[in-house]
Amino acid sequence: MLFLLAAGLTLVFGIMDMINLAHGSLYMLGAFFASALVEATGSFVAGVLLAIPATALAGMLLERTLLRTLYARDHLSQVLATFALILILNELVRIVWGSDRPLAMPAALSGPVELLPGLYYSSYRLLIIGVGLAVALLLHWLVARTRLGMWVRAGASNREMALAMGVDIGMLFTFVFGLGAALCAVAGALLSPLLAVQVGMGENILIVAFVVIVIGGIGSIRGAFVGALLVGAIDTLGRTLLPIAFGAFLPPQFASAAGPAIASISIYLLMAVVLFFRPQGLFQARG
Amino acid sequence: MHEPNVKVWLGPALAAALAIALPLALRALGQVFYVSFASQVLIYALAATSLNLVLGYGGMVSFGHAAFVGAGAYVASLLLHAGVESAWIAWPAAMVVAAAIALATGAISLRTRGVYFIMITLAFAQMLFYLANSIKAWGGDEGLTLARRPAFGFGVDLADDVSFYYVVLALLAAALFALHRLAGSRFGHAVVAVRENETRAEAIGLPVFRTRLACFVIGGAVGGLAGALLACHGKYVNPNVLHWTQSGTLMIMVILGGVGRLWGGVLGAAALLGLERFLADFRIGWLAALVPNYAQHTSLAVGVVLLAAVLFAPRGLAGWRRARDG
Amino acid sequence: MAEALLSVRALAKRFGGVLATDGVSLDLVAGELHALIGPNGAGKTTLLAQLAGSLTPDAGSIVFEGHDIAALAQHRRVAAGIARSYQITSLFARLSVRDNLALAVQARSGSSFVFWKPRSEEKALFEHADALAVTIGLAGRAGTRAEALSHGEQRALEVGLALATRPRLLLLDEPMAGLGPEETARMIVLIERVRDSTTVLLVEHDMDAVFRLAARISVLVNGRVLASGSPEAIRANAGVRRAYLGEDLAT
Repeated sequence: MLFLLAAGLTLVFGIMDMINLAHGSLYMLGAFFASALVEATGSFVAGVLLAIPATALAGMLLERTLLRTLYARDHLSQVLATFALILILNELVRIVWGSDRPLAMPAALSGPVELLPGLYYSSYRLLIIGVGLAVALLLHWLVARTRLGMWVRAGASNREMALAMGVDIGMLFTFVFGLGAALCAVAGALLSPLLAVQVGMGENILIVAFVVIVIGGIGSIRGAFVGALLVGAIDTLGRTLLPIAFGAFLPPQFASAAGPAIASISIYLLMAVVLFFRPQGLFQARG
Repeated sequence: MHEPNVKVWLGPALAAALAIALPLALRALGQVFYVSFASQVLIYALAATSLNLVLGYGGMVSFGHAAFVGAGAYVASLLLHAGVESAWIAWPAAMVVAAAIALATGAISLRTRGVYFIMITLAFAQMLFYLANSIKAWGGDEGLTLARRPAFGFGVDLADDVSFYYVVLALLAAALFALHRLAGSRFGHAVVAVRENETRAEAIGLPVFRTRLACFVIGGAVGGLAGALLACHGKYVNPNVLHWTQSGTLMIMVILGGVGRLWGGVLGAAALLGLERFLADFRIGWLAALVPNYAQHTSLAVGVVLLAAVLFAPRGLAGWRRARDG
Repeated sequence: MAEALLSVRALAKRFGGVLATDGVSLDLVAGELHALIGPNGAGKTTLLAQLAGSLTPDAGSIVFEGHDIAALAQHRRVAAGIARSYQITSLFARLSVRDNLALAVQARSGSSFVFWKPRSEEKALFEHADALAVTIGLAGRAGTRAEALSHGEQRALEVGLALATRPRLLLLDEPMAGLGPEETARMIVLIERVRDSTTVLLVEHDMDAVFRLAARISVLVNGRVLASGSPEAIRANAGVRRAYLGEDLAT
């Protein structure tokens, strides 16, 4: 799921050269839309599916009206303007829907699935992994095999050349942004039963998404994929292994505190290390 | 900036006079509560000014300044909690620790450019945030409460809000004066050179990396002082002071107030906090009709103002321009 | 033969598949103006960058006044006496001519880690800057912002910034770039003035200027030194004529 967010983010950054802090807000919108639509339609699937175009539309609207003007601006302006958007969107959502909403896991998927004899895994989490992989494949197909994807790649590596080749940059950008928003919606809707739908949910995951794309290389979807995997792995390993490791030679109260602390820090350490050796990230999309 | 010209000193002199008179006026009006608020504005002004030095004057877009402010807040709080009574120990200690953190993180961060610099400064701040959040001895996610404000000596009782205000005012004034001298010094000119054209600065022989690092550290140290004052003001510290949204808040103040201008931090802090306070304390009829509990949504107003400032009012951004971005 | 101020031996620099500097060896004699010419893409600017310190060579040695400086960072080379001007004007655009020069003087004379004392009180610094302004012919424009200067004036300031560091070796990268005939003439006069007190390595395309100013010329083609010698020898060299100069200069 982190990959979905990271992919959208890296596309926007790579192609439009824009730092979009409000990307997390689209994730939040996706979750809120899903929650509202599930309630309206009574069906989990319908709610989630409808939330995707709704969020994509919202994203594209935002892009056409406000974000266009930021493409030409410097990074500081982009950071501040999109930070402003976070504030605005957070409050607007709070006004319309309140601070949080429920979104329950569908009954059919709340049970565990037996993968191997004796090895149980939550079927919902399996769904998430499955969707993540499916989207990854879909994106790969889109970017690597279709004409549209070719334009996207051209735009990512060299914008001026793409323009010169007659690619309609305006529509392309809007599309890319909409695609990113759609990815956010999928992630937001699917993760909500696990993480809760609330105002501000976007910010926490946004930073991690940025770390992922910095590690993976800005503009590279492959990088976003690898980065998300790495970050997820480090985070999980940190949370599970470190407390055990520390417990071996530290008194219990330290081990239980230090473990999660270091685990949280570990992904940032990873980013620092990667940047130290490869300042452009692991994969490079920009020419 | 340093001509011994009456016009140049008139503005600051007026500001100083107003600031000095403020608590007395408030006391006369029976609104002493606002003195505490005024202290808060001054403290944030100091924090925003320290960021402005790094971001506006130095041209380094750091998104992790909360790390230094927060570090200062925690150092002061932990010392006071552990039994240290004097502000003369707690506050300089906060500055030293913040400076040390700035030195360590800056030495690594400043090897990167552009968005990578933004990200890595952010990352370091987040690391501190998670650290503070996890360590129970530091209060964990609930933070620390202080029994009382530190002792200042010289017959000044910091527990009295008015006295605290004047101490903060004195510190802010001292900091502004020091930064004014800095801007006119060789170092100040070197910082500007590095900001304006890094390659040429290097080519004429200026030590670019060390200049930037020194600027970063000074900004960090002053930020640490602001953090210490913040903790002592509210007698409370928690990890939120290290959160990246705090860095964002400081950046908003810098933008609103004037990037790279000496008084930018002061104006920005006054504008932002003033706006929030105004919305919270004074009822706006038509707004209340539209959104009944609008006072709980001040962030919306802040967001709109900030967006408008970025899009339409480069006045705040006028003093800043990236030289060459990597 | 006079002691070489700068000795370059077997210098090499590769960018991916391109060998920009291919075993370059060069000697500069103190007090001479040595011109480096060659077609576009020959690697002149790359060579200059390695001498100045903004690029690290892959192999070879650079010995300046008896010391191997190949590992020295750029700002330390400036302190050691090597300065460079740029082919594409790179000034402190929003600062005045005076401030531009003052910065360069500041960098060369004492530490920039002075935090309290106002620089405006340093009389000597500004005297030096003002004298430089006179040398480069911009004394009347000292208060003008660099970005408001004409192209020729900017190129002069370019040279001025490099001069301000009181170099013993001055690397000039196409100072005449983009100048009209009148401005070129002024630049030639400026360089002649500079030549009296500093050793100069001049990279230029303007052949008239080169033959007028240079004591010795080296020709760089494809990253290698094709020929090196007096202007007459270069003019007469058949290989050079073939590779670069063209027939019309044989007369």
